[in-house]
Amino acid sequence: RRWAELVPESSWSPAVGASKMKVKMLSRNPDNYVRETKLDLQRVPRNYDPTLHPFEVPREYVRALNATKLERVFAKPFLASLDGHRDGVNCLAKHPKNLATILSGACDGEVRIWNLTQRNCIRTIQAHEGFVRGICTRFCGTSFFTVGDDKTVKQWKMDGPGYGEEEEPLHTILGKTVYTGIDHHWKEAVFATCGQQVDIWDEQRTNPICSMTWGFDSISSVKFNPVETFLLGSCASDRNIVLYDMRQATPLKKVILDMRTNTICWNPMEAFIFTAANEDYNLYTFDMRALDTPVMVHMDHVSAVLDVDYSPTGKEFVSASFDKSIRIFPVDKSRSREVYHTKRMQHVICVKWTSDSKYIMCGSDEMNIRLWKANASEKLGVLTSREKAAKDYNQKLKEKFQHYPHIKRIARHRHLPKSIYSQIQEQRIMKEARRRKEVNRIKHSKPGSVPIVSEKKKHIVAVVK
Amino acid sequence: MTANRLAESLLALSQQEELVDLPKDYLLSGSEDEGDNDGEREHQKLLEAISSLDGKNRRKLAERSEASLKVSEFNVSSEGSGEKLVLADLLEPVKTSSSLATVKKQLNRVKSKKTVELPLNKEEIERIHREVAFNKTAKVLSKWDPVVLKNRQAEQLVFPLEKEEPAIAPIEHVLSGWKARTPLEQEIFNLLHKNKQPVADPLLTPVEKASLQAMSLEEAKMRRAELQRARALQSYYEAKARREKKIKSKKYHKVVKKGKAKKALKEFEQLRKVNPAAALEELEKIEKARMMERMSLKHQNSGKWAKSKAIMAKYDLEARQAMQEQLAKNKELTQKLQVASESEEEEGGTEEKVEELLVPDVVNEVQMNADGPNPWMLRSCTSDTKEAATQEDPEQLPEPEAHEVSESEGEDRPVAEEEILLREFEERRSLRKRSELSQDAEPAGSQETKDSSSQEVLSELRVLSQKLKENDQSRKQKASSEGTIPQVQREEPATEEEEPLLLQRPERVQTLEELEELGKEECFQNKELSRPVLEGQQSERTPNNRPDAPKKKKKEQMIDLQNLLTTQSPSVKSLAVPTIEELEDEEERNQRQMIKEAFAGDDVIRDFLKEKREAVEASKPKDVDLTLPGWGEWGGVGLKPSAKKRRRFLIKAPEGPPRKDKNLPNVIINEKRNIHTAAHQVRVLPYPFTHHWQFERTIQTPIGSTWNTQRAFQKLTTPKVVTKPGHIINPIKAEDVGYRSSSRSDLSVIQRNPKRITTRHKKQLKKSSVD
Repeated sequence: RRWAELVPESSWSPAVGASKMKVKMLSRNPDNYVRETKLDLQRVPRNYDPTLHPFEVPREYVRALNATKLERVFAKPFLASLDGHRDGVNCLAKHPKNLATILSGACDGEVRIWNLTQRNCIRTIQAHEGFVRGICTRFCGTSFFTVGDDKTVKQWKMDGPGYGEEEEPLHTILGKTVYTGIDHHWKEAVFATCGQQVDIWDEQRTNPICSMTWGFDSISSVKFNPVETFLLGSCASDRNIVLYDMRQATPLKKVILDMRTNTICWNPMEAFIFTAANEDYNLYTFDMRALDTPVMVHMDHVSAVLDVDYSPTGKEFVSASFDKSIRIFPVDKSRSREVYHTKRMQHVICVKWTSDSKYIMCGSDEMNIRLWKANASEKLGVLTSREKAAKDYNQKLKEKFQHYPHIKRIARHRHLPKSIYSQIQEQRIMKEARRRKEVNRIKHSKPGSVPIVSEKKKHIVAVVK
Repeated sequence: MTANRLAESLLALSQQEELVDLPKDYLLSGSEDEGDNDGEREHQKLLEAISSLDGKNRRKLAERSEASLKVSEFNVSSEGSGEKLVLADLLEPVKTSSSLATVKKQLNRVKSKKTVELPLNKEEIERIHREVAFNKTAKVLSKWDPVVLKNRQAEQLVFPLEKEEPAIAPIEHVLSGWKARTPLEQEIFNLLHKNKQPVADPLLTPVEKASLQAMSLEEAKMRRAELQRARALQSYYEAKARREKKIKSKKYHKVVKKGKAKKALKEFEQLRKVNPAAALEELEKIEKARMMERMSLKHQNSGKWAKSKAIMAKYDLEARQAMQEQLAKNKELTQKLQVASESEEEEGGTEEKVEELLVPDVVNEVQMNADGPNPWMLRSCTSDTKEAATQEDPEQLPEPEAHEVSESEGEDRPVAEEEILLREFEERRSLRKRSELSQDAEPAGSQETKDSSSQEVLSELRVLSQKLKENDQSRKQKASSEGTIPQVQREEPATEEEEPLLLQRPERVQTLEELEELGKEECFQNKELSRPVLEGQQSERTPNNRPDAPKKKKKEQMIDLQNLLTTQSPSVKSLAVPTIEELEDEEERNQRQMIKEAFAGDDVIRDFLKEKREAVEASKPKDVDLTLPGWGEWGGVGLKPSAKKRRRFLIKAPEGPPRKDKNLPNVIINEKRNIHTAAHQVRVLPYPFTHHWQFERTIQTPIGSTWNTQRAFQKLTTPKVVTKPGHIINPIKAEDVGYRSSSRSDLSVIQRNPKRITTRHKKQLKKSSVD
């Protein structure tokens, strides 16, 4: 019918009609579809009339479903394993200027520098006797610092020694107590160590220019704020997190949690937000101005969380746990969006998110450093513009239809090792029991006598001014 | 309160000390220590037992144990009791001895002074320090709030945040460190140097520099002011000219023109006296103008204006005068100028007079003769002098003279008259303006003007009506000369037919709809051509029937529309392409036949109806029959429970809601929930949405390029976070978001900070406190 309508009336000559022969033809003008030069864009005639493209919702739904399925099919996050350490990897550090270089310290005092593109070790240093407790790079990337169980702080050159030279640190500071952690200032020649107290050191001096204490417990980790660089956060073994101001040389505030916090990490895009990795399987994101309630409680791990690191975009962070898995959490969600594990990966002690926000590295007990993709199904390498457009479209489709049960089910599916799975079940039961008990207690006591404490507040013991 | 707190902190301190101390003790030798303690205790007991044998001794011991209840470095306490020592007690023994007067005085002075309050506890001080520091830091951090909020809500974030700006150096900087090397570059530079184009920093050509130096500011200002004044004057002049040009009064223009001519003449006279050579040139010019005029025949009475005036001249004095003037002009121009003599003026004047006498006759003559419309042309063939001689008619003269005595007299003093006229115009104009401003202010004046204008109009009308009458008469005369009455009769209805059509159309066709209506009418008429012509035409063309006709048509069209809707489209189509449609019809018929034969057994429609009936039945709620056969009556094969019982135990199902396809005969709507589709439907409203229609709307707007233009597609699918592969993303900096970062480094702040407390400092503090 439409063809007949398209043909102009003049083409219906009576002679053709008389001979009972219908000639239906479309005339085409090459000007409409032939490019003038080879460099012109191809003209693709399109008609956006909605009647010509019906069923838009079902079609997009199917596309979203396919995209979700493909995402799961292509989700292969594990990239490489860097082996060479002869003991568990205790600490990791990123090179501030070079994406391909990472540094790692092991439990036998060995420090190794790795090249990620070649996936090999480029330098090995026997830095300390006993554990390498902490490692950090200078902001310019020319040297790095290590602290170990031998009560020393050592500064090393990033480049290896020349031929015939011995591997020696630039400086060595001999302390009185064991240092358990180290972090370098983001802009200046200042670094901070922790142990009995938090010491701030000038690189040029052998004595700390300032030491700050609050209580007498061993401090396990100290971190400089990357945005407001005079701020520090530390966590001690008496279950507290203490914030310090380097300029005013005083501690600011202390929050005491249910259990010990292993480490904290500041959000690189939001100056006052930090996340604490706790022994009680949870992570707590705090606004440092209001420590009495965490902004978010992130729970999914089934064992102590040992390390946490933010994505440089500040939208997500990765956590390493004693339960042999690492998880990626969105900052504003309490549940993880991703869990990575392999059969051979043991307790993950340290984790880092690379500075281009594409990869994650984790060091674990069984002497390996593993490299993961931050987005499990992301295609590596250069994308053509069409690929990019398709990727964006698929991403948006997945977002749009994420609430549909079919798609949700596929997108959420993750494989877990049996140990973690069973532990999750167990903990669910425990949690339910606790909840039930609390509900019962509330139900059977005088109204108002048993306060209802929210999940966020439940884990905060006290805030000390 | 403070005391309480103090106690608490002390307690805490002691506890902490214990915590610290405990391991040390433990390290030494815990078990031995304990043993020692036990021995001592036993020894003590023994001593007590011995002492208890003698009562006095025991008392003594008790006395010796405590000097006072409280020992403090700040207070001196009185012996034994808990009372505070008062200064007066100390002074009592001093009173007696006079030698201690100075001491007394000093003590009195001390008495008048107040005691200094206790310094705060160290813990307390630190705590206050911490609180102050925290508040300060919180304040510093709160400047990030808007940035953080913005980033959280941003549609898209592109990392790394710091933008690499392409460094654009000013051209002179680039040029200073650059030399022309290639021949092309050298050539260009040569050119630039030749033209003295600037290459270095102040980019000014020598010309520009010179111009800058040449004129001072004040001079420039003055010149500018002058220019402005000149421009303003020009604009005033232009405005005046435009205003004058706009004046419609012919009299005014005439007067002005005359004035100009007079002025020119005067000037010419003067010139002749002063500079004869220049006067001669001027004269030549005038002559040339005259020749041109003569050639152009402009003042011959052939123009439109002249013709109209000629018609009016008979009745209108002014017109007559105008004609006369024109004739005079013509004569003046066409006359060959012999000598520039003083008598010229007089001659012109007499001639004009002659003309004045002349013209009306001619006009009259024309009217009387009722010949062709342009008598002047005819007359132009004959010589003017002859006409003047032959066609003199003294009878007509008195009237105009009586009317315009002053004018005819005024010829002698034309300048004065013009001035008067001009003044009149001015007055009139001002009057008009005033009337515009306040119409009620001067009713008399305005009325006068109105009257005059209305009179003019009236006279014109009169003239027109007369002319018309005359026309009719002339026609009639013509007709009579032709002398055929039936023709006239035939003609008259024809004219009548034409006229209403011409008059009525513009009234009817005012809007687009009416235009369409018109078109339809025409079609209608064409269609109805087969009808008896006379009847149709007459009925429609009579003005009474007219308004009814369109209504009828409208009604018919309405019905037609409905018919079109209900009837099938092919019938309409057949009109457009009749020949081929027939063929198609044939084919279709054949095809239909074929299909009928092929599916002879199937009756799809009946099947559908059956299916629908079944669906309706199935969806109806069922009645529940609770009758038990054989209960309370006989039962068995072939026996049915009684109707009464059945009625009693039948539970009627309530009427369900009406089916959605009740009024749709060709549709079955399944109202059951489909399990298979349920898997693909959202059951609970997702979080950010507050209402189901919001969610539905987001789902219903497609984002794919199938439904959207490329630009819209790109916009709809922008990812929330964009990162560049291989680029290091640094933490956010104050400079990135437009804040000023603190200029002082953290390190320098620490080193300058007087409050800093290092371990060494603490030790020193302790020492000083002990001393």
